[in-house]
Amino acid sequence: MNIQRQDFRREGDAPAEPFIPARNPLEFFQRDRDMHPPAYAPIYKTSVNRSPRKALLSLEQSLSEVTGPVFGHNDIGILDNDLIKNYAKTGDPIGERIIVHGQVLDECRRPVPHTLVEFWQANAAGRYRHKKDTYLAPIDPNFGGCGRTLTDENGYYFFRTVKPGPYPWRNYVNSWRPAHIHFSLFGSGFAQRLITQMYFEGDPLIKICPIVHTIPDEEAINRLVAPLDINAAVPHDCLTYRFDIVLRGRRSTLFENRLEGN
Amino acid sequence: MTQALGYLKETASQTAGPYVHIGLIPHMAGFDIFQNNFGNVLVGAQTKGEHIVIEGRVLDGTGTPVRDALLEIWQANAAGRYNHPADRQNKPLDDGFRGWGRTGAEFDTGLYRFETVKPGKVPGRDGRMMAPHINFWVVARGINIGLSTRMYFADEAEANTADPILNAIEQEVRRGTLVAQRSSRGGKTVYTFDIVLQGDNETVFFDI
Ligand SMILES: [Fe+2]
Repeated sequence: MNIQRQDFRREGDAPAEPFIPARNPLEFFQRDRDMHPPAYAPIYKTSVNRSPRKALLSLEQSLSEVTGPVFGHNDIGILDNDLIKNYAKTGDPIGERIIVHGQVLDECRRPVPHTLVEFWQANAAGRYRHKKDTYLAPIDPNFGGCGRTLTDENGYYFFRTVKPGPYPWRNYVNSWRPAHIHFSLFGSGFAQRLITQMYFEGDPLIKICPIVHTIPDEEAINRLVAPLDINAAVPHDCLTYRFDIVLRGRRSTLFENRLEGN
Repeated sequence: MTQALGYLKETASQTAGPYVHIGLIPHMAGFDIFQNNFGNVLVGAQTKGEHIVIEGRVLDGTGTPVRDALLEIWQANAAGRYNHPADRQNKPLDDGFRGWGRTGAEFDTGLYRFETVKPGKVPGRDGRMMAPHINFWVVARGINIGLSTRMYFADEAEANTADPILNAIEQEVRRGTLVAQRSSRGGKTVYTFDIVLQGDNETVFFDI
């Protein structure tokens, strides 16, 4: 059958182009701020004077937001993902030996490959190697407390460390942080930049921590709690915790194959 | 019931805390651990463009410097191109210029400082050029989710007047919070850019 197609184009118009649904395929999904802590969260007292009170200006993303720094293996040293060895002076640090591993994904479940993941933590006694930390628990001479790695092509990362201890902090008189590891992530665009904290399954301090509870969404809190991953433990050596991290999704992943540049 | 869309949810942000230096700038925490450290000097002697210094302070709602703030900048090179595969403009990359830097405020003065080049113009969403600018990201103890803003240049008045982002700020009086003042000191061009977290002169922050 010969279907007559109506053609509204006039002479001299540009040739027809295939329909591409994404106006700016590189842009990231709008951030769901209901799952993030608000800037002003009075249970975390320091946020009171450090929180913007005017509305954020919502910006449609340009090149400035969809691009971001690129890191490579030249940026990383061979021991950077081994906190048991990267500051060892006279022996291994004291503490429960653990591996933390997981995958960095975006909201479309796509792995975020070759992205920089940085982490830092207190030692097993809950003391940071930091000139501003005055907690009476001891510094461990063999523990620096920081590391970094790049995800592989599947977004997978791992590092070895000792389990950090809980520590007191000045919020209420009797405030204690649950054991946690701080994480810093880049993704592929500066709009994906994220800092967060990982907690450990079963820690009773999680449910009474003001910083945890700046997050208004219970499910979002649960996603920060790493379960013990006994299958990934190294027998007679290390326990393992699993911590997957999700960065903002990107529109091009919705309509793949035809769009370049991601 | 409907089908499930199956998207994951972004991991929630948490404050960087007071000891962010340990992980991101360990020498500021008081020790040396990595072979390669990230820092506040984005340029080498060979980097093309006008070499500049950016300095300022992050101030809280009482006007007190935030002495444990950590700042990162991300910018195009002097030709106006980002060193990232998504930037496919037909402009030169500058070898060795990543366009990204990080630093902490000084513990005693609260001052931060970057050494970089003044970026060229990059196109906005509609293809029109945006005024030269540097993207800032600020975290600290008490900041629950990283704050995004931009620094523009006072000596680019004409480009600033036409910039789509500055023009999107409804209250004209607030646009100036994103404009750094230029001066020169000891033979160097210095731009002063204070970031005010709260109050009458609160910096315009973006939801990007
Ligand atoms: Fe901490």
